[in-house]
Amino acid sequence: MSLRERLQSWRYNLVPDHLVGEILTKRWTDNAIPFLALVVTLASFGSIIPGFFKLSSLQESTRQLGEFSMVVTGMTVVMLGGGIDLSVGSIFALSCFSAVYVFFILEQSIWLALCASLAAGLIFGAVNGYLVGYLRLRAFLTTLVTFIFGRALFDILVTTYAADVQLSQATSDVLDFIGDGTFWGLSVSVWLAIILAIVTHIALTRSRPGWHVLAVGGSRRSAHNAGIRVRRTVFMTYVFSGFCASIGGFLIACRLSGAGPGTGLNLEIMALTAAVVGGVSLGGGRGSVVKGLMGAIIVLTMTNGLIRLGYGTGTNQMVLGIMLAVAVTIDIRWLKNRHKVLNEVYVAPVYLKMGDTQSAVPGSGTPYALDNRLSAADHIGLGELEGPEDVILDRDDHLYCGTRHGEIVRFFAPDYVRSEVFAHIGGFPLGLAFDKSGNLISCVGAMGLYSVSPDREVKRLSAETSRSWTSIVDDARLRDPNDCDIAPDGRIYFTDSTKRYDAHDWALDSIENRATGRLLVYDPRDGSTKTLLDGYRYTNGVCMAHDGKSLFFAESWACRVHRYWLEGPKAGTAECVIRDMPGYPDNINRASDGNYWMAWLGMRTPSFDLSLRHPDMRKRMTRRLPQDEWLFPNINTGGVVKFNETGGIVEAMGDLSGAAHPMVTSMREHKGYLFVGGILNNRIGRYKISGADPDWTSPASYWGAKP
Amino acid sequence: MNAIGRPSLRSLNQEGIVFAIAVVLFVAAAVGLPGFIDPNNLVAIVRSVSVLGILALGMAVVIIGRGIDLSAVAIMAMSVAWYLQLLNTGTPDGLAFAYVLAGVLAIGLLNGFLVAYADVPAIFVTLATGSFVFGYVRSQLITQDAVPVPQDHWVELLGGLRFLDIPIEVFVFAGLAFLFFLFLRYTKWGRYIYFAGDNPVAARNIGIPVRPMLVLRYVLSAFVALIAGLLTAASLHSINTRVVNSTLLYDIVLVAVIGGIGLSGGRGGVRNVLVGAALIGILLNAMTIIDIPLLYQNLIKAAILLGAIIVDGIINPRDEQTAQQGDI
Repeated sequence: MSLRERLQSWRYNLVPDHLVGEILTKRWTDNAIPFLALVVTLASFGSIIPGFFKLSSLQESTRQLGEFSMVVTGMTVVMLGGGIDLSVGSIFALSCFSAVYVFFILEQSIWLALCASLAAGLIFGAVNGYLVGYLRLRAFLTTLVTFIFGRALFDILVTTYAADVQLSQATSDVLDFIGDGTFWGLSVSVWLAIILAIVTHIALTRSRPGWHVLAVGGSRRSAHNAGIRVRRTVFMTYVFSGFCASIGGFLIACRLSGAGPGTGLNLEIMALTAAVVGGVSLGGGRGSVVKGLMGAIIVLTMTNGLIRLGYGTGTNQMVLGIMLAVAVTIDIRWLKNRHKVLNEVYVAPVYLKMGDTQSAVPGSGTPYALDNRLSAADHIGLGELEGPEDVILDRDDHLYCGTRHGEIVRFFAPDYVRSEVFAHIGGFPLGLAFDKSGNLISCVGAMGLYSVSPDREVKRLSAETSRSWTSIVDDARLRDPNDCDIAPDGRIYFTDSTKRYDAHDWALDSIENRATGRLLVYDPRDGSTKTLLDGYRYTNGVCMAHDGKSLFFAESWACRVHRYWLEGPKAGTAECVIRDMPGYPDNINRASDGNYWMAWLGMRTPSFDLSLRHPDMRKRMTRRLPQDEWLFPNINTGGVVKFNETGGIVEAMGDLSGAAHPMVTSMREHKGYLFVGGILNNRIGRYKISGADPDWTSPASYWGAKP
Repeated sequence: MNAIGRPSLRSLNQEGIVFAIAVVLFVAAAVGLPGFIDPNNLVAIVRSVSVLGILALGMAVVIIGRGIDLSAVAIMAMSVAWYLQLLNTGTPDGLAFAYVLAGVLAIGLLNGFLVAYADVPAIFVTLATGSFVFGYVRSQLITQDAVPVPQDHWVELLGGLRFLDIPIEVFVFAGLAFLFFLFLRYTKWGRYIYFAGDNPVAARNIGIPVRPMLVLRYVLSAFVALIAGLLTAASLHSINTRVVNSTLLYDIVLVAVIGGIGLSGGRGGVRNVLVGAALIGILLNAMTIIDIPLLYQNLIKAAILLGAIIVDGIINPRDEQTAQQGDI
């Protein structure tokens, strides 16, 4: 191995490039940036400002935080519904004034003041909601105008009544408690904010109205088509925002025992900045109450911290402006480009040097040398089928295969002309096997392991295995169950080819060549699924040995066949029995003479083998070239290979014309014939094997003669 | 003759209605209010709306291109405040003006870049940059809210200029209005603004340089704001940065919208700005003569703006097909 290749193998096999893509697929990465910002903000201000984390100082800032976070919660809900509410500052101020007016000037009870406060907020919110929701005005400008309107009204009221409030003698213990008291160390406003946040969170994530809000924000038109009352939902979000702001206003009325010209000033841009900085998306549908709260803490810490550091007038606006611009830009760019980035970085090829192989060229004299025998096969279902990946025959000689359309089709013996849809599964059925009682077991691509009873009842057996601790991508789910076979004790052994790609992206997996294929077992007695082996390059066909004590499984991209021992001294271990084949192995099945048939889905090419030693080139290829121009494994030529119990190659056959069976993914021997299927083919081939046992059938080989 | 760029029949009605209301108000005020019809008062009306009108011209161009510029007032006040501060601390005039001009163009470019190339909704970009401009200049570059014009500086002399007894800013307003009219009506890029505002995707598809033009509009708006700021400083002999927190910004939007420039873009022109400015000028002047307190004037203006936006929303309903994500 040259130095260059050694460096490449270190670079691409030891550096976990693939984790970047896997992390990006996670929804929680949306939260990571605001959370980091939160930690950084708290840490930096905490270390710059002496006594930042002192209880007394925290008490004062959390009291403010309580009021502010309520406003932000309301703003978050409006934004999740696809709107925006800039009038929260005015609502806050007017609610505050309402409470002050009822309590100090009318000298009514504090509860009546609360009612007045809430009424002010709800009415204001309803006006916004009516204008934006029902009249469908632009949320931003409309609430901006209602904000000016409310502010003008508030300024008039405050200048008119300020003196009267000053002279009022009204006091109340409840008011003092709400304003200054603490409960279990936290102020009332913080408690209320926490309760509001929890209730809102539950409502948004677990209740019908909450889902409606998210649906409307996610896509207004789809929500409308789904029968959601879009206008009413939008209306309600504004009412809710008004409600939240009014509680905040009531609390500040209690805390300050009055209302001044500064009440609620700049609150709208602060709340907007908080929501956006927290990661609530503009345009709706994405975000959460928690994100809003994170943003609220960041913004409040930032503005309060700067004031305490002694920066002058205007600093707040400057910082808010920067934060808003940066956060909005990041939000928009992130939403737009996340998928692009993901597509760019997800494929992370590794280095692999394939071993030298023997030639499969016709007439080369090696055991692998292909001939043209398969081109003589009859065809079954020509033009009716699309993608018979695996084929199987039952005790009554009927022929079954899966199709691309998510069905299992049955061809009737003896001539296999008539066919019917045996069962509809919904996913692409790949590997097939009959169990002892005649149920058809199938690995369904991207879905899992399924069973179809003789009376056509479809049952899911397994769709997941246990999650491994170190995997970032969810490897509990079966992404590409490929082939299965059944042990004498009824346990079903099956392969899941890759953890990183869905079934239809098999080509990407071959280009990446990362070893993530698994061998699993499903136990019908307790319904459990266990992972037996992990870390193979695209595990594919599985076949129980004739004696039932071991099984063979194919590792496609490494061109190897392994034997996994079920019992005996090597039980639970695997050993490689065939290595460095010239073709990519697919399904393996029993032959009548005690040997095994193996399908080759394609042939190795020197060019692709070379590219496997150049992961950097393959990475560039997937990023810069259109998919049509990528270098793939060659799947235009395949064949059928027979090997014996020890892995020795007995014979190989192919279709050199390329007309009938250019690629083969499966073959099944039955009464002297070989039935040949291909995942990209439009037929099943039937080939008369010379010298084969004319009575041998696979079900009898597995489960004995007909009972 | 095609109708693109011309006010459509319905907007024409709105413009006509607004014009009629302005005339009625004018007549009513002339009859009912003592001193309203006085030539000096009429000049005062025109003068009071010239700065507003100049800002509204910049805003109009941005709105026609389906945008909005909420940073206009901040740029207007803060750029001039910084300029005067630089002069007061002894920076040479040319250098100071170059600084300010560069700053203003930079903010315009930033607005345009974020809107055009980062696809951030204009409303958020300009809200943020407006807040930033105010905060940055107020906290870092100037020392108090109001900055006076230095003695005998050309800005002060500009304020004293009269032609036919009419202050110079009226002529600046008229001149700019004429230039904008020529630009929008007779230049290729002016016509393109209507295409881009009416349907940005289609405009892009037919090969119009939509993005560079967007940047140009925000730069233009920022530059117009600087001119308006200089004129304000000229007539008041100082600039008060508190104007950023006043309702001036909404007055600008009011002038544009009430004149019939649809917020969904692609409609309206200079004439709409003139009509809007006329109505608002008469209204403000009448309210001042009647002696309505400023706070109540704000309330009335907000109510009118709300009404105008409702009418605009009904006449120019949002086009869900071409509305962008986050275009709220």
